[in-house]
Amino acid sequence: MPNMPIESGVPDPFQYMHPTLAKNFGAWDYHDRPRPGVLHHVAKSGDEVWTVRAGTQRQMDLYTIRKLCDIADEQGEGFVRFTIRSNIEFMVTDSTKVDTLVTKLQDEGFPVGGTGNSVSMVAHTQGWLHCDIPGTDASGVVKALMDELHEEFVREDMPNRVHLTTSCCQINCGGQGDIAINIQHTKPPKINHDLVANVCERPTVVARCPVAAIRPALVNGKPSLEVDEKKCICCGACYPPCPPMQINDPEHSKLAVWVGGNHSNARSKPSFQKLVAAGIPNNPPRWPEAAGVVKKILKVYKEDAREWERMNDWIERVGWPRFFELTELPFTKFHIDNWRGARRSLNASTHIRF
Amino acid sequence: MAKEMYSTPMLDQLEDGPWPSFVTGLKRLANDDGKPYQNMMIDLLGQLEHSYETRKGYWKGGTVGVLGYGGGVIPRFSEVAAKFPESKEFHTLRIMPPAGMHYTTGLLRDMCNLWEKHGSGLVAFHGQSGDIMFQGVETDKVQEAFDEFNAMGFDLGGAGPAVRTGMSCVGGSRCEQSCANEQKIHRLLVNNFLDDMHRPALPYKFKFKVSGCPNDCMNAIERADMAVIGTWRDDMKVKQDEVKAYVAEKGRKSVIDNVVTRCPTNALSLNDDDTLTVDNRNCVRCMHCINVMTKALSVGDDKGVTVLMGGKRTLKIGDLMGTVVIPFMKLDSEEDYERLVEVAEETIDFFAENALEHERTGEMIERIGLVNFLEGVGLEVDPNMIDSPRQSSYVRMDAWDEEAEKWFSRKAEEAA
Ligand code: SF4
Ligand code: SF4
Repeated sequence: MPNMPIESGVPDPFQYMHPTLAKNFGAWDYHDRPRPGVLHHVAKSGDEVWTVRAGTQRQMDLYTIRKLCDIADEQGEGFVRFTIRSNIEFMVTDSTKVDTLVTKLQDEGFPVGGTGNSVSMVAHTQGWLHCDIPGTDASGVVKALMDELHEEFVREDMPNRVHLTTSCCQINCGGQGDIAINIQHTKPPKINHDLVANVCERPTVVARCPVAAIRPALVNGKPSLEVDEKKCICCGACYPPCPPMQINDPEHSKLAVWVGGNHSNARSKPSFQKLVAAGIPNNPPRWPEAAGVVKKILKVYKEDAREWERMNDWIERVGWPRFFELTELPFTKFHIDNWRGARRSLNASTHIRF
Repeated sequence: MAKEMYSTPMLDQLEDGPWPSFVTGLKRLANDDGKPYQNMMIDLLGQLEHSYETRKGYWKGGTVGVLGYGGGVIPRFSEVAAKFPESKEFHTLRIMPPAGMHYTTGLLRDMCNLWEKHGSGLVAFHGQSGDIMFQGVETDKVQEAFDEFNAMGFDLGGAGPAVRTGMSCVGGSRCEQSCANEQKIHRLLVNNFLDDMHRPALPYKFKFKVSGCPNDCMNAIERADMAVIGTWRDDMKVKQDEVKAYVAEKGRKSVIDNVVTRCPTNALSLNDDDTLTVDNRNCVRCMHCINVMTKALSVGDDKGVTVLMGGKRTLKIGDLMGTVVIPFMKLDSEEDYERLVEVAEETIDFFAENALEHERTGEMIERIGLVNFLEGVGLEVDPNMIDSPRQSSYVRMDAWDEEAEKWFSRKAEEAA
């Protein structure tokens, strides 16, 4: 008789937590950052903890994980945690361990950084490695980008922190980012009519389309689906429930860059990212065109934004015309929103900068 | 016997450069002589290189699971198995990490040993869902791998139209800005809905995320159907001697430009003697000044949470942020926590009954209106739920007097 699962749910973290963190739970006093990549937290009890943060490749082979464990055991205190952006953090209570820990991580090829006003590791999805609907890879894009932005990860030289994200389809699992690099399809799905009837629940697929462009149809005597290509916005929403409606295309699935998404409530309210560039080729293995756009935006932001201005704060202050001028990105009719609620994004004033 | 390695000229280019390379890791597994996963990883590399060459993905879903559960395993079957047969099944186990993602090296090593035996040796810490993604296991090894994780005290996360794996920040374990017991809220909420997680039967996914303060490090407002965010309602704490020390270090101009004038509600004022005055009635707890002056400023003592609902990504009507449904609630006593669970239960029940197939909570609220949702789950309207009152007169308001009366009696009750 096979075992039924023990529905234990989310494990209690205290059994795996550094004892000084557990002891001072909910009773911390302040923190500072002695150097990029290192946090120093002081508890109300007077206890102190140093955290060394390092970037990882997220998709890790077990030898990489064991290497990180060896470092944690030998140079650290045997306790680690991961951040939401797949950085690993080593906690130590002995300040003299910090420098050796940092050096060891660097020697082993793990960049120490990602703290304060740095460029973060890219939040990303699975891509060609493991997703069933990806238009591009995720880990590869991230590797290529982080190689280019490595210097900004290990420093704290940005006006404010910069969160990067990437998504391999337009569902946007990577989420909102100060800069997001996302797939943008530009052609309607190519339908394999021989397969639709067997593979797809047709009413479900019809209901999935955001612009009601899909209707049931008989094609070559077989029940299938038809797309009104004039209406279709090439979003790919029909593809997951109906794989014979292939949306991914080696040439026409492009990359778009969005900026100003910010999840934090600091200063302004959380904001969504806005389209700034599209038509960027999906060009593995190093995606140089996409990296070029990202670097350009970062350079302008770094030069022009004031201290503590997050990407969206900066653009809010200088205005979108200036953003396009400074980044030398083309402004097109596609930047003007026509989705629901779009009027709220139009300028209904004479507020214009010259 | 190991297969021959494919030539992978495109992937090879991802081995250079300063950032750690996942390709180098994949190759390490593919070169791992004698390991059960070696051939699988050789073919996986072959298939990935094929994807890079053709710019296409080659995985499809299917049905794979463990006994007793309807979700939590992400099935992946290769569409190019004829060419790369050894990685034809490459499923993922979504395993829920300890809240706050704390690990001992012992735990990580145990997980590695387990995955070396049953899986591919490839692990992602963590997926966007907040799960540990144990990637690459064959269909007939899924159950044995899961059983071992389960025996270690770990459980599968959510997938499909179900309550999904939750996330909570480092919070109280290391952050002085924490206003809530994040891990407790996270575990209480998710673990209360394990049936809805493991047996997917909701209209679509439902996510909980918990951030200890309005910095919202877990992106809860943007991504979660139910976001619980720590906050406080008394005065923030100001250590005036630390303010003075900060001003002395950075200069007045810097403090004015970067702290005082960056306050969204002009609630800060730097005094002539370099102390700081905070207009706490108008502070919206945005965290900016506290983020900058970490020693001088800190959150207050009267802590609690704000609850927002309806955050989600693009599909299908466009991205939505969560909106406030409970401006403030205390989470001190067990009854307080029970009340929070009750709100989640009411919401998920209402969602299960009223959402259309494949509709998220936020889309449902958008379709039926916030007020219908609030009435459905038994929450009272509050001006903190809006940016501004309605702008259009096209609404029927003959029940105005009753509604005004409700407001006054609620206020009278609160005052009593
Ligand atoms: S790609 Fe999007 S818009 Fe076009 S038919 Fe499919 S769901 Fe509809
Ligand atoms: S927390 Fe934000 S709103 Fe409150 S005083 Fe500081 S900057 Fe102003």
